Amino acid sequence: MIFALAGNQNCGKTTLFNALTGANRHVGNFPGVTVDCMAGDIKGEKDCQVVDLPGIYSLRPYTQEEIVARDFIINNKPDGIINIVDGTNIERNLYLTLQLLELRVPTVVALNFMDEVTGNGGSIDVEKMSAALGVPVVPISAVKGDGVTELIRRAVETAKAKRLPAVTDFCSADSQVHRCIHAVIHLIEDHAGSIGVSPRFCTAKLIEGDPGMADELGLDENERELLEHCIVQMENETGLDRNAALADMRYTFIEGVVQDSVRKPRESREHARSVKIDKVLTGKYTAIPIFVIVMGLIFFLTFNVVGAWLQDLLASGIDLLAGVVDRGLTAYGINPVVHSLIIDGIFAGVGSVLSFLPVIVVLFFFLSVLEDTGYMARIAFFMDKLLRKIGLSGRSFVPMLIGFGCTVPAVMATRTVSADRDRKMTILLTPYMSCSAKIPIYAVFAAAFFGGRSAIAMIVIYLTGIIIGVIVALVLKKTAYRGEPVPFVMELPNYRFPSLKTTGLLLWDKVKDFLRRAFSIIFIATVVIWFLRTFDTRLNVVEDSSLSLLALIARFVAPIFRPLGFGDWRVVTALVTGFTAKEAVVSTMAVLLETGTAELPAALGTLFSPLTASAFLAFTLLYTPCVAAVATIRRELGSALKTLGVVVLQCGVAWVVALLINTIGGLFA
Amino acid sequence: MTLDEMPVGSEGVISAVNGDGPLRCRLLDMGLIPKTRVEKIKVAPLGDPMQIRIRGYELTLRADDAKKIVLKEAGA
Repeated sequence: MIFALAGNQNCGKTTLFNALTGANRHVGNFPGVTVDCMAGDIKGEKDCQVVDLPGIYSLRPYTQEEIVARDFIINNKPDGIINIVDGTNIERNLYLTLQLLELRVPTVVALNFMDEVTGNGGSIDVEKMSAALGVPVVPISAVKGDGVTELIRRAVETAKAKRLPAVTDFCSADSQVHRCIHAVIHLIEDHAGSIGVSPRFCTAKLIEGDPGMADELGLDENERELLEHCIVQMENETGLDRNAALADMRYTFIEGVVQDSVRKPRESREHARSVKIDKVLTGKYTAIPIFVIVMGLIFFLTFNVVGAWLQDLLASGIDLLAGVVDRGLTAYGINPVVHSLIIDGIFAGVGSVLSFLPVIVVLFFFLSVLEDTGYMARIAFFMDKLLRKIGLSGRSFVPMLIGFGCTVPAVMATRTVSADRDRKMTILLTPYMSCSAKIPIYAVFAAAFFGGRSAIAMIVIYLTGIIIGVIVALVLKKTAYRGEPVPFVMELPNYRFPSLKTTGLLLWDKVKDFLRRAFSIIFIATVVIWFLRTFDTRLNVVEDSSLSLLALIARFVAPIFRPLGFGDWRVVTALVTGFTAKEAVVSTMAVLLETGTAELPAALGTLFSPLTASAFLAFTLLYTPCVAAVATIRRELGSALKTLGVVVLQCGVAWVVALLINTIGGLFA
Repeated sequence: MTLDEMPVGSEGVISAVNGDGPLRCRLLDMGLIPKTRVEKIKVAPLGDPMQIRIRGYELTLRADDAKKIVLKEAGA
């Protein structure tokens, strides 16, 4: 049996999903579902799967999330729906419930945060609510795990018996809306039956003016006219337009249910606490300074304390292992080419990317804590104005900011940007925030060419990235992502303590996913680069790196870079190896120039002038991020072709900007 | 009066929700429908968006979108 888990955002859906499944989860692969949903086996039940649908407020086909949830229920026909409802915010949550009930699928309502409701002196009469909605209602606390076993039992029982929701009418009898709905149901019942979708759901969608529904049902001209006539009559009689009339009907029904079965607490402790916290965290003068401190602390802890420590540990672990393998292989007398593949190729390449894993994990950990506590929504609230001009909302601010640390967790964090259009745009823009792995490149070049003004040079580099990012955003807004911006109507949930279990599981999923998906790409990229570096055209091992395949290719493509002022094959080689990891740019240059890293700034003087160095820095700032980031972008965009487009776009932008710097700068030189 | 003009800290009752397309549907879905009480809690430090309270929960709304929400003459 398959259950769909549906509910609003911020109602504890992920926590319940974890409580239902424990660790038996995997990314679900369902036909027709474009965004992947997590799926898992329900604990203690045989052959029972639950699919975690995106958090939504309605079943309208306007956002990607709503379409995914709706298509899943209609096309994949789950045996049951588990609808999680936030007991502390019951009216708005039940609005989705009513729409789910219209789909006529065996449904169980899980009333979450019941501990908070009762803890504040409120109460919900579960029996009454269950009778009013016509489906079982089970009070739970997903965080504590209370009521989850009972929920599973009721869900399985309802689905096995194929028990449909007992209440079908949400319109008050004899109202104008009631007459309209029933007239339309009568009109389309046969059509709905032939496509196997509940007539009531189709009716609601037809009245709401859902664009595809009339076609899907195959209504003819005559029927369409009758339909429109019914709706217009209702609009005239109620004085409300069709959308408002239906929303009004649902909320009126809900108000009745709530009045009969819910005793609301005067003010909940959680809300009172949130108001107090918000006085400071979104206060007029305190919001932004505190935000700067919080983000500063996150970066400090990641790069200077926890992440750095773990990174050193992992790096020395990899070195140790490489050393042992190195000695073992040497003692065994293995072919030197294989030896080089394993030590110089795999260990060096994969190791250097993997040593970034701790930074990725730690940053992502802090991000999920920001999200789970509710602070992320507040940041989106007070940063919204800044991002609106480039066609985004405040939701994109933190992922972009994290991009200054590392593009990988930043792109992962775009999951919190709920609108699909905004999410994709954020993914495209994040790489323009210069990541920390590029700092060594800037440092070497700044020391070599800008001496006393290196600090200014650094600031200029970062600002250039941001400015180019803004320009790209404005262009995207006018071209690929024109459309209607997604309305920024966002719930501000009460502050809550994050559940360590949920955060831990999320982190584990991300790491596993990153290792599995990114590892193969990183592995292939390192081996390819090693191969090109080690052999010449006749597949002989090269002694002199200038004869390698890589050098050959670099010489071949070097003319492309000549207009930018750095057509030397060694520079191009360094840029190509930079694709595996950005810090490889500096080390490759040192190797190819046959100097140590300490003497590198002096040696660079033979290859660059300050002007061409600036063009080169602009190019490294803007060209494609490392293979790990590209793999993550590929994962989040869900399309190899689009990812290739992103890489080409980035290289193109980098080339143009470097060309402009070199050409315009040349006029003044 | 529209919601964006209502002073911070005061309450009103919605009389109409204007606008069209996805934005309007989203507003209706979130429970901003005629006859509903709204309270304006605060305005973001940069002057926009605003934080409102309806049906027992809190919501952010941009001033441009709040213009679409018409209120009955303000009650206490």
